[in-house]
Amino acid sequence: MGLLSKKDSKLILDPLTDDNPVTIQVLGICSALAITAQLKPSIVMAISVIFVLGVGNVVISLMRNIIPSKIRIIVQLIVVATLVIIVDQVLKAFAYSLSKELSVFIGLIITNCIIMGRFEAFALGNGPWKSFLDGIGNALGYGVILIIVGFFRELFGSGTLFGLKVLGDSVEKTGLYALGYENNGFMVLPPMALIVVGIIIWVQRSRNKELIED
Amino acid sequence: MEHIELFFKSIFVDNMVFAYFLGMCSYLAVSKKVSTAVGLGAAVIFVLAITVPLNWLLDQYLLQEGALTWLGPEYADYDLSFLSFIMFIATIATMVQLVEIIVEKFSPSLYNSLGIFLPLIAVNCAILGGSLFMQSREIETLGLALNYGVASGIGWFLAIVAIAAIREKIRYSNVPAPLRGLGITFIITGLMAIGFMSFGGMLTGGEDEATEETQEDTVGMITTVTETKEDDKTSSLVIETINDTDKKQ
Repeated sequence: MGLLSKKDSKLILDPLTDDNPVTIQVLGICSALAITAQLKPSIVMAISVIFVLGVGNVVISLMRNIIPSKIRIIVQLIVVATLVIIVDQVLKAFAYSLSKELSVFIGLIITNCIIMGRFEAFALGNGPWKSFLDGIGNALGYGVILIIVGFFRELFGSGTLFGLKVLGDSVEKTGLYALGYENNGFMVLPPMALIVVGIIIWVQRSRNKELIED
Repeated sequence: MEHIELFFKSIFVDNMVFAYFLGMCSYLAVSKKVSTAVGLGAAVIFVLAITVPLNWLLDQYLLQEGALTWLGPEYADYDLSFLSFIMFIATIATMVQLVEIIVEKFSPSLYNSLGIFLPLIAVNCAILGGSLFMQSREIETLGLALNYGVASGIGWFLAIVAIAAIREKIRYSNVPAPLRGLGITFIITGLMAIGFMSFGGMLTGGEDEATEETQEDTVGMITTVTETKEDDKTSSLVIETINDTDKKQ
């Protein structure tokens, strides 16, 4: 990180691990769970959030001195909604099937608590460059969790990654299936997303004892 | 009949929390005590009951393709549906503000119990999610939209009160240290969601199966369904579970 000072790189790296928005700050869970049955929508969602949060943080930070504090929530909502409409229209134009798959969850980025949370907690009090880094860092932290959950759910649920049959063919019994391995169909159902995130939290907190709640 | 079916379907089968994970942020943050959970749950029912019908009207007479015909035949070609996110969220934010002012003026006691939760609700995904699902499922009448709003609110209320009660009890249990707090809540919610999946069999009407293919439900379900259609090689276990979820629709 030659480009960034130590403080700046901390802004990006902290949310990836010890200050992760999903597992530690408990923000933005809604969309994190609903679209992670497969890897591809998870990655698209992560990229969308990185764009919205990165740009949104800069916009809010530039406007921070002229927004009257009484109506700041509605100003923030309008900024996010505009950015999300851009994402939605781009997806509809270039990846229509994917945007159908994500259905209402792209729209729900607007109410993703990570975004409002970062606007309130960071962009309103810091300059544009720092806010940009903070936005990217937090969105990356969110994206990492999405991708981990998506990876495990697709791998164990359907035996594929990005639709490629990495574990062999389940009907013709090649690869792992020749040894009697079966897919766990339960992984693709909604409840398992919660349990996978629960397990991630478990692993993370047993590695870092400071994070344990009483 | 249509009303009763939609009502129970929205509460149990398409439960906001357990089937779509909507409103999870406040669900996890405000579920430490039953009394606060009841307050927030009531506020959610209240706001959903107001915003879903209102957004239904907006959608019908402003946003949909051809919705502006009432202005005159030359407006029939307009399709403003790309504006729906911004319109819906603006409606929700202003309605929440308005409700807060009105309640404060006319019923201070209700304001005291709902008051602190109302501002929180503007950014609750369950509220925006309710409006977006209303739009994507093409609910037909204003009555049904009201019904949908109230019923999904009740579903959310049930979920948060149940988890709050469990969390109050679990404080006395010996949970592994790293799982305490957030971790165990996630896993319990997962188990509750498995329980709620069993309500899926409740509404296996003959006519429902016809609509199953057009319905856009959770991404998880839809991708698995299309997967089995495109490639028959998925293992028998997956197919079994999918059949179960199909029945539930």
